[in-house]
Amino acid sequence: MKRLKANHIVAGYDKKIIIDGIDITIPDNKISVIIGANACGKSTLLKTLARLIKPNSGELLLDGKKISEIPPKQLAQILGLLPQSPVVPEGITVADLVARGRFPYQSFLKGLSAKDYEAVEEALEIMGITDLANRCVDELSGGQRQRVWIAMALAQQTDILLLDEPTTYLDITYQVEILDLLTDLNRKRGTTIVMVLHDINLSARYADHIFALHKGKLVAQGAPSEIITEELIKKVFNLDCSVIKDPVSGSPFIVPKGRHHVKLNAS
Amino acid sequence: MKLSKKLLLIIISFFSLALCVLASLAFGARFVSFNEVLNTLIHSRMTTINEIVVHERIPRTVFGIIAGGAFGVSGALMQSITRNPIADPSILGVNTGATLFVVGGIAFLGINSPEEYIFLALIGAAITAVFVYGIGSMGPGGATPIKLALAGAAISAALSSLVSAIIMPREQVMNAVRFWQVGSISGATWEGIVTVLPFLIIGLLLGLIVTPALDALAMGDDIATGLGVRVGTVRLIGAMSGVLLCGAITALAGPIGFVGLMVPHTMRLICGPNLRWIVPMSALGGAILLTLSDVLGRLIGSPGELEVGIVTAFIGAPILIMIAIRAKGRTL
Repeated sequence: MKRLKANHIVAGYDKKIIIDGIDITIPDNKISVIIGANACGKSTLLKTLARLIKPNSGELLLDGKKISEIPPKQLAQILGLLPQSPVVPEGITVADLVARGRFPYQSFLKGLSAKDYEAVEEALEIMGITDLANRCVDELSGGQRQRVWIAMALAQQTDILLLDEPTTYLDITYQVEILDLLTDLNRKRGTTIVMVLHDINLSARYADHIFALHKGKLVAQGAPSEIITEELIKKVFNLDCSVIKDPVSGSPFIVPKGRHHVKLNAS
Repeated sequence: MKLSKKLLLIIISFFSLALCVLASLAFGARFVSFNEVLNTLIHSRMTTINEIVVHERIPRTVFGIIAGGAFGVSGALMQSITRNPIADPSILGVNTGATLFVVGGIAFLGINSPEEYIFLALIGAAITAVFVYGIGSMGPGGATPIKLALAGAAISAALSSLVSAIIMPREQVMNAVRFWQVGSISGATWEGIVTVLPFLIIGLLLGLIVTPALDALAMGDDIATGLGVRVGTVRLIGAMSGVLLCGAITALAGPIGFVGLMVPHTMRLICGPNLRWIVPMSALGGAILLTLSDVLGRLIGSPGELEVGIVTAFIGAPILIMIAIRAKGRTL
């Protein structure tokens, strides 16, 4: 059974329509990546799935129920979200920030329960930041900080996790590290992951399923090895490229063609 | 912050508050020794002049505690809602709105009792808050902290000029509202306290209900939504709570500034960013600061007294500058 579904979603900001009639079914227990050129609506689609944006029309379903009809806290126990630029409260420690992921489980003015502490400890451990627990988040590097935010989302213990460009602004080392950690999470816990990524090659390597968007429409979806072709990249990104095999993972790897630097004997 | 440190902070705070209360009952135009104050309280006698003086100082002291606590909580909530660390209740125009309505009531409707002040003040505070919130919500992105702060500042400035316009040409109104414009708790009575108490209790309860959600909101609207917070509702309830707490006190005491600004900020530096701690500690800290300022006003202004609003401004300004410099140093 597929848990998260969107039927013919039309959404955007104010009157401007950005996604224009998308039907999408998120595969359970898999890593899905949404790709597309700037302003194609990939972030808007993710935000709509995360109920940050109310769709103008169409319906969002979780386990067959309309998302708008599920109480927010109950929904937050199933569907987690890491948006693009969260705010770090001044002076907060890593452990305190991660503990805020337990909000959906807390009742009125009750402190953290033993179960909450367990969830926080586990999240810190998975992200490898247990030794940072008492540090101030302000003092951490960008890569460490992103791990703290993901740990907060993990402490929420949701079956589905949506992430909006979790690797943006990070050095390549940290990008790979974050994607590896998310893969661990998916393989070990079976967490369904949906994210927006900029890097096509990292997407092709880490995704089980890719959704390719172009001008607000879904133009292709499927396993990276099936759908990443020169034609699709041309259509979605308006870029000429060669698709080769990633020497490390065997996934498709795109090599962009520009107007310069072309070998004379290239075919 | 460690639990032992928190316990120590609570103990020190309660001890300081007790000292302030004692001082508030002892000092004034007539000094009563601490021993005598304690004896008067224990035996609740009202025979000697000193005993009567102490008893007369009780309502003002109680009101000082309540008012300080309310300003502290109100400030903590407002700062959290606007995500602006130097916001205070006047950021939503609450103080000025309340002032305008009461001054208008005195000038045009001949109003002169606390019961009437409070309703006018609350209506003025609420209308202004809604108005500011409405303006701050216009355009894309909804009620962002910056837009709220700007709308509040603009409306405040406009309303203060209206207040001046009403007062200036009317000498008798000017006399009636002069103390009230500065902020003073010297006229507190049991009747006044009883009148504002229901509003304060409702305000406090609303504030406590949304406190955990406001902690989630501190990380941004998107994160909060992802955690299951109804962002709009929580902001609205928080703002209502802040308006009730601040508006009710302003009705009785006039606009006392800086307490709602200074106390939550200091508590954030001491206790860290969790509102579950900041809110109750701001109540305690506000009570201490206001009671202490009131006592200082009586000592400095002796044989008369200096209004507490003037004292809090004097204490508040340098402390605020100090906090701002320190906070800047911390982020650099």
